[in-house]
Amino acid sequence: MRTLDASMIVPKVKALCMSANYYLGEDVLKALNEGLEKEESPAGKAVLEQLIENARIAREEKVAMCQDTGFAVFFIELGQDLHIEGDLYEAINEGVRQGYEEGLLRKSIVSHPLNRVNTKDNTPAVIHVEFVPGDKLKIIFAPKGGGSENMSTMAMLKPSDGKEGVVNFVVEAVKKAGPNPCPPIIVGVGIGGTFEKAPYLAKKALLRHLGERSSIPENAELEEEIESKVADLGIGPMGFGGRVTALAVQVESHPCHIASLPVAVNIQCHAARHKEVIL
Amino acid sequence: MNGAKRLTTPLKDSDLDNLKVGEKVFLSGIIYTGRDAAHKRLVELLDAGKELPFNVEGQVIYYVGPAPAKPGKPIGSAGPTTSYRMDAYAPRLIEVGLKGMIGKGSRSQEVVESMKKHKAVYFAAVGGAAALIAKSIKSKELVAYEDLGPEAIFKLEVEDFPVIVANDIKGDDLYKQGMEAYRRV
Repeated sequence: MRTLDASMIVPKVKALCMSANYYLGEDVLKALNEGLEKEESPAGKAVLEQLIENARIAREEKVAMCQDTGFAVFFIELGQDLHIEGDLYEAINEGVRQGYEEGLLRKSIVSHPLNRVNTKDNTPAVIHVEFVPGDKLKIIFAPKGGGSENMSTMAMLKPSDGKEGVVNFVVEAVKKAGPNPCPPIIVGVGIGGTFEKAPYLAKKALLRHLGERSSIPENAELEEEIESKVADLGIGPMGFGGRVTALAVQVESHPCHIASLPVAVNIQCHAARHKEVIL
Repeated sequence: MNGAKRLTTPLKDSDLDNLKVGEKVFLSGIIYTGRDAAHKRLVELLDAGKELPFNVEGQVIYYVGPAPAKPGKPIGSAGPTTSYRMDAYAPRLIEVGLKGMIGKGSRSQEVVESMKKHKAVYFAAVGGAAALIAKSIKSKELVAYEDLGPEAIFKLEVEDFPVIVANDIKGDDLYKQGMEAYRRV
């Protein structure tokens, strides 16, 4: 059994908060550049050019690429043979506190949905922990902006709705979101599991490297079909009209009950940020 | 942005008469920031017949909650937030003379009608282009509601702030027309 002191986690989380918000992933940048090649609408092209230029400024000046530096969401993979000495959750929250303060990132969390009082340090984070074999700790940080999160949705479809039902529900969600979630978007889809499992899968789907298809044939097929239908919507960059509405559709699935077909759509704006570290 | 118009705030009716959806504009002058929480308070003041913390006549409100500034800089990253959340409040401000709004995403029919009736326009900025937009903001001064943190009202001095006309005074809508032009279903 390996032991890791929780205090070791704080500086790593702090660094993740800053780097994820300053440096847009190479995969997203590549997808934006490919989108620029493909886009037919002049307004759409102008938007993509601004976004590529914006990513450069953020990277070079080490400033937040978007002022909405997000809800601090973490996916933790905790090795079963690792013992954490101290409070893992508190260590992560302390890292967020320090990272958002020092990194000049916006504090966007209110302490209660109805009192709307800002906690002023962007905590508490949302922390998902999964156990994995081994003795390592993997921390994935994925800050999530409010604008695209607000356009996310889920439904409990009937098994008879099948593939067509899933495709229609996802395409309709993207259409309804229109310009609001800052297209070009990435569409995370979770199918199966239970009522709470499907949205979790949809969010996890957003962590995949852009351009990688699901290894499950049913999911890969869904991804291709939804991508093609979304392109036909004409929403385009920022909703000004155009071809490049989604950079990718990414599907994750889980076995489900004989009576159910849960489907969840988590929409991610073009500032698709996630960074990880292994301790 | 090639072929962009240049406008300076405060805006007059004559500035808006010839603006058309899809037109690129560089805005200069003073604009005010405001999001959900600040709008709620402004409308509560109007409801109570009280004076607003700034005179909205001819002014432009930018829907933004900026990131903190680096030392020596006026503002941190400052891109637009989604505008529909301000739809419930916008017509009240337009009635008392607000001439422009900057945000992202489409507006409700009620806001579009109000812009048409009282001559006001809605400009879209590029959501997420926050580091780039910050470069056109030259100064920032607190006006009201400091307790709201990033949601407080600030007075910004801007120079060539890049926007595109999303709703004009004729009731046209860039989002509807743009999507219509490229839709294949």
